[in-house]
This record gives sequence, C-alpha cells and structure tokens, in this order.
Amino acid sequence: MGIFIKGVNEKRSLKSESAFGGKNRKVNWTIFIIFIVALLAAFLDYPIIWDKGVDWINQQAGLTLLPNFYNRPFKLGLDLQGGTHLVYQADLSNIELDDYMDSMQGVRDVIERRVNLFGVAEPVVQVNKVGSHYRLIVELAGVKDVGQAIDMIGQTPYLGFREERPKSETENILAERKEIEGKLEQEITITSDEKKLLLEDPFFTPTQLTGRYLKGAQLGFEQQTYQSQVNIQFDDEGSKIFEDLTRKNAGQRLAIYLDGVPISAPIVQEAISGGKAQITGNFTLTEAKELVQRLNAGALPVPISLINQQTIGASLGRLSLGQSLRAALWGFLAILLFIIFYYRLPGLLASLSLLIYVALVLSILKLIPVTLTLAGIAGFILSIGMAVDANVLIFERLKEELKSGKSLGGSIEEGFRRAWPAIRDGNISTIITCLILFIFATGLVKGFALTLGIGVLVSMFSAIIVTKSFLRWFVGGRTEGWKRIWL
Amino acid sequence: MQIVSRRKIYFSISIILVLTSLVCLLLWGLNLGIDFSGGALMEIEFLGEGQSNQAIQEKLADLELDQINIQSTGEKGLILRLKSISEETHQIILERIGLEQIIEKRFESVGPLISQELKRKAFWAILLALIAIIFYIAWAFRKISKPVASWQYGLVAIIALFHDILITLGFFSALGHYWNIEIGLPMVAAFLTILGYSVNNSIVIFDRSRENLLRTNWTDFEEIINQSVNQALTRCFNTALTTLFVLFAIFFLGGQSIRYFALALIVGIIVGTYSSIFVTSSLIVVWQRWQRK
Repeated sequence: MGIFIKGVNEKRSLKSESAFGGKNRKVNWTIFIIFIVALLAAFLDYPIIWDKGVDWINQQAGLTLLPNFYNRPFKLGLDLQGGTHLVYQADLSNIELDDYMDSMQGVRDVIERRVNLFGVAEPVVQVNKVGSHYRLIVELAGVKDVGQAIDMIGQTPYLGFREERPKSETENILAERKEIEGKLEQEITITSDEKKLLLEDPFFTPTQLTGRYLKGAQLGFEQQTYQSQVNIQFDDEGSKIFEDLTRKNAGQRLAIYLDGVPISAPIVQEAISGGKAQITGNFTLTEAKELVQRLNAGALPVPISLINQQTIGASLGRLSLGQSLRAALWGFLAILLFIIFYYRLPGLLASLSLLIYVALVLSILKLIPVTLTLAGIAGFILSIGMAVDANVLIFERLKEELKSGKSLGGSIEEGFRRAWPAIRDGNISTIITCLILFIFATGLVKGFALTLGIGVLVSMFSAIIVTKSFLRWFVGGRTEGWKRIWL
Repeated sequence: MQIVSRRKIYFSISIILVLTSLVCLLLWGLNLGIDFSGGALMEIEFLGEGQSNQAIQEKLADLELDQINIQSTGEKGLILRLKSISEETHQIILERIGLEQIIEKRFESVGPLISQELKRKAFWAILLALIAIIFYIAWAFRKISKPVASWQYGLVAIIALFHDILITLGFFSALGHYWNIEIGLPMVAAFLTILGYSVNNSIVIFDRSRENLLRTNWTDFEEIINQSVNQALTRCFNTALTTLFVLFAIFFLGGQSIRYFALALIVGIIVGTYSSIFVTSSLIVVWQRWQRK
C-alpha cells in the first residue's frame, strides 16, 4: 500500500500546479465518499440517531417509508458486564495418548450441556491445549451464583440406566401433569410437591445401575446388516446388577440417560449375563461414534480441577465501563482542543478526520465483532493518541514547506510525501508488537493488542486519505493566502 | 538547540536514572501480582457496617490460609490477598465473613501452573517483539550504510528501548515496595506498548537523519544529526503531549483496574520522549566517532 500511495503522490506533485480544475472535482468526490462512509459508521455505532429521525419521517408520512438501522450491540467482555472465567485442567493420566482429544471433546460436550442449563447468553466452553496440558475454558457472562455454577460443572459426567414404569403409573403421572399445567396456564400458584411432579420422568424410573459400573464403550457393527451399534462392557459388580435388571425387564425398554437426558431406549430381549450389551438403533456411523464418546466420557474418570478463576461482579463491570468511557471522552476532547489551538485550520481538519477515525474504528469493532474488555478500551484510547501522531508529523512538514515559500498545493503534497516514511516505519513497528502480543498473549492482553492494531491500521487511512483530502479542498481557494490560519 | 554537543550532561542523567533503577530492582525486585505469582484475590464491599481487618483475620484463622493480606479500598471495600484456594474454601470464606452483609465484586484465583505459564509467555512475547523490531529497523534503514551501518541504528534503538523499560521498571519496583502496587498481566501490555513507542520515536528521529544524510551534501556528521533532532523536536513533544492527555484521563477517570496500567505508560512515554531526543542520536554520533579512531 505504501508504494502505491507514494507513486500517486509523485505523479500528482508534478502536475499539481497546473491542473487544479480536474483535481478539485476529484477531491470533492473523495470528500463526499468519506462523509457517506463516516455517516454510515456513525449510524452503526449509534443507531438511535438514525432510528429517531426515521421514526419522525415515518410518522409525518403516515407510512413506513424507511426501515430502522441495522442494530448490532458491542460485545462486552466479562470484566465489563460481569461474569466468570474458569479454567479447568483435565487429568488424562489414565487415558491413552490417542484418545486424549476424544476424551476432551467428551468432557466439553457434557459440560456444555450443563452450562446451557444456566440460561446464560452465549456461554463459552473451549478445549485448550497448552504444552502437554489439556484444559477446558468456561466463560459465563452475567451468571449470578458462581458457586453453584462451579459445583454443577465440576461433577463428572453422569450416565444412568432407567427401567420402564408400569403403564398405569405412566398414565397417572401424565394425567396429573396435565392438571398442573392447566393450573399454570391459569396462573394459579402450585405447591412444591406439584412442581416436583412436573420434573418427574413419566416413563422411566432410575435404577442403581450408573456409569460408575461401566468399564467402557466401543463402536461396533451388527454382523449381518453392518448397522452401527454401540458395545458396552460393565465391570463385575455392574454385570451382576445388569443381569438382574435385564431379567426383571425382559421384553421391556431399558433407557440410557446421560446427564438426565435420554439418549436411547433399547428393548431388552433376554436376561444378559457377562456384563456385555449392545445398544442398537438406527444409528448412523457418526451418531454411534458420538454415543461411544459420550458413554466413555460418562464412564471414564476424566477428573477436571479448577486451576484458575476470575469472577467480576456485574456492578464493578458497569462501573468500569462507565469510567473508561468517560476517560476516553475527556482525553479525546483534550486532544482536539490542543491540535486546533496549535495547528489552526489544519488542526481543525485533523479533528474532523479524528472524529471520522473514531466512528470507523468503533464500527469495525462492532462488525468483526471484537470482544471489548477494559484493556481493549485502553488500547483504543491509546490508538487515538497515536492517530494524532501521524497528523502531527504531516503538519510539521507542511509548516516547514510553507515557510520555505512553496505554494499551498505543493506544500501539502511535499509534506505528505516526506512524512510518509516515518509514519509507515513507526506504525509497522507498532503493528509488529501487536501481532506478537495477539499470537502469544491470552485474554486480556489479546484484546488490547487487537484494538490497538486495528486502531493503528485505520489511523494510517485517516491521516493519509481523510486529512489529505480535506487539506486539498482548500487548494486554490480564497483562504489560501491567509497565512495566519495555516501557520 | 545544541543537543548532541551537550551529550555528556544527558548521558549522565540517563546513567544515573538507569543505575538507580537497577539498584531498586536488585534491592526490592518486582512486586508481581497474582497473575504471575499465583494466589487469590477477593474484592468485597460491605453493604452495611464494615468489619475490622483484625476481625476478619480472626474469622479465617483456622482455615490454614497462611498469610492473608487485607487492604481497604474506598469506604466499605476490602481486598483480600491470599494463596490460591479452591472454590470450596472460597465459599467458606464468604460465609465466615457473612454472605448477607457483603457483595463480592471480584474474585480471582490463579494456580501455580497458570502463573508460571503466563510468566513464560510474557517473557517470550517481549523477546520476540525485540528481535522482530531490530530486524525491521535494520531493513527500513538499509539504504544508509555510511557513515554508520543500518544495523547500528537498530542496535541504538534497542539500547534506547532498554533504557526506557529499565527506568519504568525501576519506578514500579519502588512503587511496589512503598505502596504495594503490583505488576499484573495488563502491565505486560503496557511495557510492550512503551517498547513500541520508544522504537517509534527512534524511527522518527532516524528518519530525519536518513533523509538529511541522503539528500544533502553534509560534511559534519555531528552537525547534521543535531539538526535532524531539532527538526523532529516539535513533533516528539506534541505527540507525547497528546498521548499523555489520554493517559492522564485514564489515570484519573478510568477507574482502579487500569490506573496503574496508565501510570506505567505515562512514565514510559515521558522517559521514552526524553531518551529519543537527548540520548539516541548522540549515541549514533559517539559510535561513529569511536569507529573513526
């Protein structure tokens, strides 16, 4: 990009003195496009302005002429909205190396299902491998009772076998349930006994056979049809219980539950001794594989231990958000005042391009979307400071050129051309740092690197394209001769 | 302004500052936060009547928590620092203090494994950034090889950078010793930014030298370097000033959690601006003279 801009500049400076007419039209168009883009970015950042205006127009017209603007909220990190960040270490010492990733996926699925029970918006559950350690990262935004959440996550996956209830019992429960649901619909309060009944499984009752007695599960194929099936093996004690259970329930269904959710309910053909069983069904290969994974996860002890916890209360998060935004606002105002005071008209133009810069960066952060953390906001505020740097470098050069007696057009081109290498080299070294931070660092620091990096990239655009177009607009105009507003 | 010819004064100031920082670092080390040292941090706020630190210590005495460091924040707030604890112990502590009487604003527990890892990662990130930047500067200045080679600019920029980081670290070593201010994970980001800023400043000044060396018929190396620094002077001050505006805004208004992050940057940028104006270019001149001998 650098080479491109340089090339264009050199060509321009050759004919800049002679061809003002054609150039001015081009500058006008560039400025027009910049303002359109800036307006779109501003509406994206703060859609209320658009929506209010549009609502008013629609009201006047009496029809829905214009739609509301695309509304997409900022993604806030845990430290700004409150929440908890948990890191679990998995103990895989009893598992063979080849099965590590499978086991971790199994743990992940189970925990994801548990986490979903909290009703948290967009929970994050990720497997993370650091060196030879396998970890599970869980992020819950806005969860109230962290202690309870941790309790539920920490349990080992729970596999259970359940036997069928007698028909009459099932019907009873279903009938009663209907009654209670009727009450609920009429908004009559229900007793806690009735509430319990609602949660009861009407078809199956738990037995004492659980994942504790499972030795392992494997993928298998039915010999004649090559249909996928799941072979399970109980340990000695489990085999006995299983034999009793199958004898008792011959001809009936025996359901297999994982974390309280039924995954299959095969019909028992006959009493099974030896502790081996096949779960058949219309499994596709992937379904069968998944079931094996889940069963192994439920049966195998993959103990996980909490090694890192970060919990931020919602009130502290809100406070931090408000404070950092206020800091950004005041810092920004101070910068604008300073450059207008010091650089006069160019400073005013730079302020305008800084405003556009802020609108652009914010809309990019929204669109990607970048999760905003406190460190990320700090990175953004810092990038405003650095965006000014490019303008300052250019204006210093511009002043020098003007003082040496060049025309305004010539000074602008020459000032930009001479300031460019320093802007380029400085920003590239910042981007290198950001890249390394982004690759190597975790969480907090990553957010900082990302926003600072985006900021630096956009700042180059803002200084080189936006500020320059604004300045060019004044070339050949009446204000050109007024030295006081330029120097 | 005569900067290069008065280099002895500026070198002395820098040497004194660097030596003082080294002494601080050797004497007190760095006060590492729980991100790097492992441990737990609990921030709570009392809803009604506060409790004395001693009362809390007594309530938790039999939990085998080793040392508990309790610090008051604001009117009713407390920060407890202790060794890394399990969630169960965490809940017991909350109950002992009185679940109904407090809000827990923040809880962090970092196991030794994670803290070691964060330390290692921070180290590698900084090392890699340094190497990448030396190479970039050497490449960016490849066209000027006379009278000093382009890699020498890179090395001088690195010396300036160590100067800036060392003094900032020394400052925080003293802050940690006297005011118990900790260096946590965000500080790594701050130090890396100082690093980037310092190099950025060196580049701007070298850029002037590069331009003047390539475009003019110079005779006196010292003279042309001094002239280059003077030309870059206003820019260095103005940029430092605008960046400091936002940093002071963060420091005063941005809240507790990023206050010291901003402070590190403030110190780093002041020192960095000083070194790039008064030290960096003079170093190039000294090196060139030394080569000629």
